[in-house]
Amino acid sequence: MTATEKRLIELAAERFSADANLLTPGQDFFEALGIKSIQALDLLTDLEDEFDIEIPDYEMQGVNTFAALAALIDKRA
Amino acid sequence: MLTLDRLQCLGEALRDAMVTYKSNIALIEADRKRESARLTYREVRAEALRITALLQQYQVRPGDRCAILMSNQSKWLISAAGALWTGATLVPLDYKLTAPEQLALMLHCQPRALIIEYPVWRKLRELDLSGLAQTNILVTEAPDSDTLPAAVRWETSPGQAPEEVDGQRDDVACVVYSSGTGGTPKGCQLTHQNYLAQAQVLGRMYPMAESDRYFSILPTNHAIDFMCGFLVPFLMGAAVVHQRTLRPQFLGPTMKKYEVSHMALVPMLLKTLESRIRDALDELPSAQRQVIDTLIKVNDYATRREPNHALSSRILKPLHDRFGGRLKYIFCGGAFVDRGPAEFFYRIGIPVAIGYGLTEAGTVLTVNDLKPFRGDTVGKPVQGTQIEIRHPNEEGVGEVWAKGPTVMKGYLDEPELTNDAIIDGWLRTGDLGQFDPSGHLKLRGRAKNMIVTEGGKNIYPEDIEAAFDGLAGCEEFAVFAANYIWPAATMTGEQLTAVLRPAAGEAITSECLDDLRIRNGRLADFKRVTSYIVWSEEFPRTASLKVKRNVLSRHIAEAMTRDSLKELAQ
Repeated sequence: MTATEKRLIELAAERFSADANLLTPGQDFFEALGIKSIQALDLLTDLEDEFDIEIPDYEMQGVNTFAALAALIDKRA
Repeated sequence: MLTLDRLQCLGEALRDAMVTYKSNIALIEADRKRESARLTYREVRAEALRITALLQQYQVRPGDRCAILMSNQSKWLISAAGALWTGATLVPLDYKLTAPEQLALMLHCQPRALIIEYPVWRKLRELDLSGLAQTNILVTEAPDSDTLPAAVRWETSPGQAPEEVDGQRDDVACVVYSSGTGGTPKGCQLTHQNYLAQAQVLGRMYPMAESDRYFSILPTNHAIDFMCGFLVPFLMGAAVVHQRTLRPQFLGPTMKKYEVSHMALVPMLLKTLESRIRDALDELPSAQRQVIDTLIKVNDYATRREPNHALSSRILKPLHDRFGGRLKYIFCGGAFVDRGPAEFFYRIGIPVAIGYGLTEAGTVLTVNDLKPFRGDTVGKPVQGTQIEIRHPNEEGVGEVWAKGPTVMKGYLDEPELTNDAIIDGWLRTGDLGQFDPSGHLKLRGRAKNMIVTEGGKNIYPEDIEAAFDGLAGCEEFAVFAANYIWPAATMTGEQLTAVLRPAAGEAITSECLDDLRIRNGRLADFKRVTSYIVWSEEFPRTASLKVKRNVLSRHIAEAMTRDSLKELAQ
């Protein structure tokens, strides 16, 4: 697990009251966290604050695993 | 408003505006925590001229096409003005399409230049772009670490001076795709005349003061934002506010900070905003709620003949403050507008101007003039536009045909499609409607095989059929708008249905349905089929083996009722 994936999973678990130990990078975060796309955008806002980056909303299209989201952050960081 | 009658082209109109209003703020770009750009018209003109020179350096000549593929931002409008001043035709493309869909449209229109935002380019360049060998690519905001092989940085200083080239009224200003990401591309060729005529009419009906600010939320490639969020505010010296994110929590603060006065929404967003306000009202203590309800009634009575923003924003200040306090108008279109949310907003003193139009006819054919407000119609034909109801039934409902200065020249490289759509100068809209005694148009359904989602997306069944090619255990299949088979007097809740034909004498298999479900799930949610029917007869086809959709749909309607639709689990 990369450092970005680890931090991302921690933040996601915190926001949506999930157990970070049960989350893995390859999981579909919509399913694992039981969230919808609008909540995923809230998570994106948290991530932008944490990593001090800005990601266009449409970049989230087709992104559904923690690993893919972490890759998106790494590209912008 | 500038006098547009004497002008020949959009480039000339934009140049006049930028000179006339040179000291006014033209563009504000708000990112999440900071304002990333604020430009006067003078500064916009200087930047746009730089793009003109850059495009000319990369061989863009009058009549060439220049595609733009960007989310809403100041660089979109700057690039558009710069491209228009080369005499090129703009091709605004939808950044929300998938990269293969974007490529398909560009292969069709073969732009000489493509101006593209870096994250979109990163996806597009993974595809085989050999079909775009003649296209010069300008990429915005690319990081220094990317060497951008085969592309140029948008920020590059040109090596030559710009030479402004004006077009003629009848020249094509834009090619706007109304469909065709999977089937035949329908590139609507809209002339300078189309845009100037529409801007003149809308500018008179809904004038903007130089102090007004339009919040650009709908994609700028969409006809509504291109007109209401670019041409009209620019031609009136008002400002356009962009924000890269449209996450709800960032909208309200931006509206307040920048004192937004105008915005355009699709019906789905209007509904979302309505339900948020209703929820907030429901949470109020009952005494406070009663006061608000009474004030809404007072406002309703005071504005029964026409809107009065100054009064409404005082009477209902807490509600108006939710939208920044200065919001005067919401333009709504792109899909059918339910009267409920529109009437709700009017009652709280924020009029919703409901319009009706097609990409094939600029922005709007009809629009509500708000004198008085009518939430149950799409308004009256705009000045210069004629609307006729052809082949009306006994209730007066027939197909809406339109003629006027905003009707397109035709579809790019598709003379047959053009001849089907425009007959003796009249555009067949494919929508069903009727006029009420006061001359307002009411839409009553569709005569064409397509649906429009509440989000304003036009979905043509032909465009998504490719996703189901080779469907397991199925001899033939076709996708239809259910309302095309069984005409319904409604413009909402439209759905796509798959017609499946198994081999002769066999039933449809669970393997086929599973395959349908899996492939359906891969489509964007608004493109998905939601039901199916099983049909046992061979599909009627033309000599070139295309399915005769009108004949097949008639046969189905004669043999089955709408109740035969089986729900397709998602």
